[in-house]
Parts: sequence; C-alpha cells; structure tokens
Amino acid sequence: MTTEKQVLDRIERVRRRRAVVREERITLAHGSGGKATRTLIDAVFLEAFRNPLLAPLEDGAMLALDGSRAVFTTDAFVVSPLFFPGGDIGDLAVNGTVNDLAVCGARPLYLSAGFILEEGFPVGDLRRIVASMAAAAEAAGVTIVTGDTKVVQRGKADGCYITTAGVGVVERPATPSISAARPGDAVIVSGPIGEHGVAIMLARGELGIEADTVSDTAPLNGLVAELLDALPTQVRTLRDATRGGVATVLNEVAGASGVSVVMDEESVPVQPAVTGMCELLGIDPLYVACEGRLVAVVDGDHAEQAVDIMRGHPVGAGAAIIGWVGEDPPGLVLLRTAFGGTRIVDLLVGDPLPRIC
Amino acid sequence: MCLGIPGELVGDVEEHTDLAMVDVSGVRRRINMGLLADDQLKPGDWVLVHVGFALSKISEAEAKAVMDMLHGLGQAYTDEIDALKESDIS
Amino acid sequence: MRFVDEFRDADAARALAARIAARCEPGRRYKFMEVCGGHTHTIYKHGIEDYLPEAVTLVHGPGCPVCVIPMGRVDDAVHIARQPDVIMTSFGDMMRVPGGAATFLDAKAQGADIRMVYSPLDALKIARDNPDRRVVFMAIGFETTAPSTAVTVLRAAEEGIDNFSVFCNHVLIIPAVKAILDSPDLRLDGFIGPGHVSTIIGCRPYEFIARDYRQPFVVAGFEPLDILHAVDLLLGQLAEGRGEVENQYARVVPWEGNRVAMEAIGTVMRVRPHFEWRGLGFISHSALEMAEEYAAFDAERIFDIPGTRIADPMACQCGEVLKGVLKPWECKVFGTACTPETPIGTCMVSSEGACAAYYNFGRFSRERVREATRA
Repeated sequence: MTTEKQVLDRIERVRRRRAVVREERITLAHGSGGKATRTLIDAVFLEAFRNPLLAPLEDGAMLALDGSRAVFTTDAFVVSPLFFPGGDIGDLAVNGTVNDLAVCGARPLYLSAGFILEEGFPVGDLRRIVASMAAAAEAAGVTIVTGDTKVVQRGKADGCYITTAGVGVVERPATPSISAARPGDAVIVSGPIGEHGVAIMLARGELGIEADTVSDTAPLNGLVAELLDALPTQVRTLRDATRGGVATVLNEVAGASGVSVVMDEESVPVQPAVTGMCELLGIDPLYVACEGRLVAVVDGDHAEQAVDIMRGHPVGAGAAIIGWVGEDPPGLVLLRTAFGGTRIVDLLVGDPLPRIC
Repeated sequence: MCLGIPGELVGDVEEHTDLAMVDVSGVRRRINMGLLADDQLKPGDWVLVHVGFALSKISEAEAKAVMDMLHGLGQAYTDEIDALKESDIS
Repeated sequence: MRFVDEFRDADAARALAARIAARCEPGRRYKFMEVCGGHTHTIYKHGIEDYLPEAVTLVHGPGCPVCVIPMGRVDDAVHIARQPDVIMTSFGDMMRVPGGAATFLDAKAQGADIRMVYSPLDALKIARDNPDRRVVFMAIGFETTAPSTAVTVLRAAEEGIDNFSVFCNHVLIIPAVKAILDSPDLRLDGFIGPGHVSTIIGCRPYEFIARDYRQPFVVAGFEPLDILHAVDLLLGQLAEGRGEVENQYARVVPWEGNRVAMEAIGTVMRVRPHFEWRGLGFISHSALEMAEEYAAFDAERIFDIPGTRIADPMACQCGEVLKGVLKPWECKVFGTACTPETPIGTCMVSSEGACAAYYNFGRFSRERVREATRA
C-alpha cells in the first residue's frame, strides 16, 4: 500500500525532471511567466545556449570585464493597450530593464531601445511613447545610448513593440541572488500587489469593468541602492515581481535556494479594487502582474530595518513583511490563509484566466 | 461549481436592458437584473453576481442571523480559552 | 456588511472546529460529499481541512461543469471554432480543457478565432458588432449558468440577431447526485449541497435524498465558515438521527429558488434524453439542449458537427475519485502522468476539479507543514 508521503515524494521527483515542450505551436501560456514559460526556457533556450552566465537564470547576467563587474540584461515589451492609467509601453520598457539591473545589485547606466512598428502606426503615438521613455530614463538616472527601428507590414504587429537592453555596474562586493535565501530570512514586498495587471485588464475594456486602479510601474533602483547601502550582506535576494506576480517570484526563490517560503495571507498588501476585480474574475492577486514592486528576502533580524528603509522611499511606502523562509518542504511556497488554514501556492501553467466556476 | 460574488447595487435598473451598476469592493460593472424581476430592487441592495447576471437578492437579516450565531460561538470559545489560560496560571 | 470577510473569521472557525470535534462519536468515521466544485476550491484555497478532525473526510463530488464535459464535445466545439467565418466565445475556464486533439488555446494558436468572455451577453455583443461573422457561445455550467444563457438567447431573438448561436453543454445537478447515490461502491454519511445552483432550483428538488436515501443534505455557502457550519449541521443531524434538507445559505438561497430563471430555462431549453459525463458515463435526463422553437440559435443544428466520441483514458481513475472511492493521490497516474499541465482525467482539468485542487493547493504532508509553519 502506497502512502500519501510516498506519492508526494514521487511527484516532487517528477517535477524536477527535465522539461519537455509537448506543444507543436507556441500558445499564449508560453508567455505567461508560469510553468509553460519555464518549460520553454529550459527545453528550448537553455538547451541551445547553455553557458555558465545564463544558467543561474537571474534577471540579468553578471559579467567580469577587465577587473570590474557589470550586469547585462534585456527585456521585450508587448502590451495592449499601449497607453493605460499610470503609464504606457514606454514607461514599462525603461523601468522593466532598470529594475532587472537593480535587483541584480547593479547601478543601471545605459539602455538600448529597439522598436518594431506596424505600418500605419501614428507618429504622434510614437512621439508620446518616446517622450515617456525619455522621462522615465531621466527619473531612473539612465541614458538611452543606442537603438534600432524596423517597420513591418500592417497586420503583422500590434502597433508598437519595444525591446530594451541595459548595462549597469556592480559597485558592492556582495550581490543578491535568487539562490541565496536561507531559513529564518524574511520576505518583504515593497507595496500593494497586482495593480499593473488589473489596470491593464481594465484598460482593455473587454470585461466591461470599471475601477480607479492605476499601474504601479516605477523604477526601483533608488530604493534598491538604499537597501543595499544599509544592509549589504543581509539582503539575500531581490526580484521585481512582473508577469506571474509575487507567487511566481517566490516559487523561483524557493526552487533556486532549496528552501520553503511560508507566506501569511493577512499581511500581503492588496488594494480593495484589486481584491474586487480578482473576486469577480475568480483569479488570485498573488499571480497578477506588477511592474514596480520589489520582492526582497532579507536576514530575519534585519527585516524591520529593511521595511523602514523601503517605507522611507516613495515607491516603497506600502512595504510589508509577507512571509518567512523555512527549511522544509524545500522548493515549495505555502500560504497561511487568513482563515487559519494552509495551502500550496504553486506556479500557474499559464496566465490566470477569468473563471466562472 | 459556480463563482458567485456579492455586490452592491449602486444605480437604478434600466428599463429596456435590465442592466444596473453593481459595486464589488470599489470595482463596478453593469449587471443584468432580469432574473430578479420578482424582487423589488433599489440602490443599496446586495445581489449575488454570476457571469454578468444577478441570481439572487441577498438577505441581510439571514446573513446576520448566521453570523451572530457563529461569532457568538467564537466569542464563547475565546472566553473559555482565556478562562482556561487564567486557571492554568493560578 | 460585505457578505464575504464576515464569513472568514478565524476565531469563529476555531470554535466551530471544537464543536465539530465534540460532535464526532468516538471510533466513528464520517464521509461527506461536497457536490460542488466551488466548494472543493474553497476547501483547498482556505485550507479548511486543517480545521477538521481526522474522523471527518470530505469527498469531492462531480459538480464541476468544466470537468464533466466529455472530450468529444470539446473536439466538436473546436471543429465549430475552425469554420472560417466563426468567432467562438467561451468562459476562461474552458480555454485549457483538452479534447481528444486540442484545447481552445491550441486551436487559437493554430488560427481559430476564439475569444474569452465574462458573460454570455458579451458574446451577444460580439455578434452584434460583427454581423458578417457567425458567433457561437460555448455554453457550460449547471442550472446556475443556464438561465444567463437562456436570457441571452431570448434577447438575441428579441433583437433579431441572426448570427448568434449557442453550443449547449448545460448539465443538471440532480441526475448527477442520483447517479452518485445509486453507485454500489459508495458509502456516504451526508452531502454539502451546492449553494449557487440552489439559488435557481431552490431546496425542494433535494427532498428525495432525505426521503429515499435517508441522507442529510445541507445547502451551503462558499465562504470557509459556511462549509465548517455545514459540516457542523450534518453532524448535528446524524447525532439526532435525522436526514433532512437544511439550508445553511439562506442569505442567498430562497427555499423555492428563482421562478423567473427556471421559466427562462424552460422556454429556451429542453432536457436531453441522455448526456455523457466525463468520468461518470451516460446519465439519463442529465443535460439541456436548445428547444425546437429556438433552433435558429442552436449551434448543434446550424453546424455539421462530427459528434466525436472519445472514451476516457484507461489509466484514468476519475470515476472512483468522483465517487469518493479513491482520494486524488491514490489514483495511479496522479501527479506523475496526470498533472495540471498535462491533465489526463476530468478531475485534473479545471481548478475546481478534486485532483487539480489537491495538486495545486493541498499537495503537501500536513505533519511536515505543521512543523515548518510553527510560529
């Protein structure tokens, strides 16, 4: 007779098996940031490009250049609609890459920008997007120093896509890493979660739902610098929670560090309108995208200090400790529910889809 | 099997479409009230929303009855635990 | 009052848990089925089993309308969606449900125009806005959802929208519960009844369960305290030797149901002679089809549908899980060959299926976690 424990162990072994892409064609799930994305990266990209700089799958690659260290990263931006409450694709393109550099412990310096434009796209809209990029770059203290433009036939793209790449210098001896979380560490989030994802769903207008939520897109490099200056070795892991939300980030931390993460549902900050939207659509705010929220794993004894530092910064005013790192069961994220029960918070297969049941 | 969410009616029911604005924690959507033709609906009433339709008018009195019972139970239990703790100390 | 948070109070939960434990007779074991997948979801999402004594087991029933759609029907729907002038509209729930060949997401990737909607009225709006396309609504759900489809069809008829039709997969709860009750290998002590179906059909249709099967049946709400309260009421009935229909969810469920909604269903739809349920097989009079008078809105009449039949995979033990004979993790393929990424059986398909809920939310050893989360 097999016991529940044996079955659970068998499942975890299966989960660690090498990834295989079963689909013959790319589906939207492959771009969701969840399990399907992870499988695609492991089975297609990592398989082909395998090298020690890529393998850790941090938000950027750590490069040793002539005695100094730099972080190099890239990100592609597709969003519909291009303009939404709280920002536009231009803000995202700059802040996204700035944040990827910052959470690797680098000071962001230079960005590139590549544009894929659809024939017929209004020049006025392009100007507006580029002006947002210039303003976001100035706010984050980075310079856009190179770029490229391609135009594709009408119907071959959705208006405007942007890719940005960025480099930053690493000036501190210790750098945070996805695999550095240890039991006893605290998990901190810099503010309420899920606002970007909800703002985008609202702006699409397809659901007929109205609310005042605006995107949380923001550069995190200033906040990260203050945190690392004050707690250079106590900050273990930094990530910006983007698609897939906070739940996805914490699953990556638990997996890479070989630890458990136990979240406390009641301490996760969520704005009422985000809660309302998620209830109506039957989705979980833990999986909804943010574009300017830092997830930090910090030595437990310095957690309060880290929260105070974040709260002193405009983009971290809503910071809160949302959970703790434990030893067992390794690789799993658990949630103590407000009701007093416990459940797993796993990676989703694809995007959180609205459900009726 | 079916996701049903309580929401508050914040507008009047439009005659031709049966639609009315419903608020769920600050999120608003126009919901079809046609299935509640038997109920006298007015702003401030709560309804159960499922796939864009209101299925039922929520009774505050019934909710309160169950809640009072449950919370009374909770209070009695907490008092008892507290009493137990005190008696342990003494 | 918001009718949500008030029913998530942990103090009241502890008190109820204590009363539930006290009501269990020493040495006796209790098996209750929550019929509705929404309850299964709530149970796992809030970790309700942490509050239940070992003597009480919850069995997860067949009330997930997504899970019970047979694979052949999904293939038929994909076939309709692939017609060049068709826009298929569907709730998000159906997008990842596998047929024999493809899911809606796969078909979409291969070029079919499949759009997610929140409400059937949104599907009608798409039809109104695209007069040169044929818009089909993939209708799924129990009696909870059927009235919304019916009202939408009535509206389409009233407005004379002739490019809108419904692929009707609405199913009925009572025949499914009866099939469970009549299965020989099942021993249950009572039911947690489906709250939202009951807003429509009321509580009367369950009376045969109390009368003919002497089983307690408590219609319950979907907040975690509702479910604990329902377990408490079931144990209370058993302790007093009663087997009755009780309404824990009176704040939402009127005893007589919703007359207007039942009439809308009755006008637009008819009961099918039989319908195949994934995992349970054919059940008589267990589903709805479009009525003759609304043939113009019936995708099954408008399109040439292959009527695909696909047997449930051999390895799959969903039938046993649905009847509570097996726990999800006791199935041979659970979590290894059958996962939410690559579901084989019905229970792994939707987030409210018993296996998916257990896999996504409950796949851990309670003892180990108790150690790990000890404050």
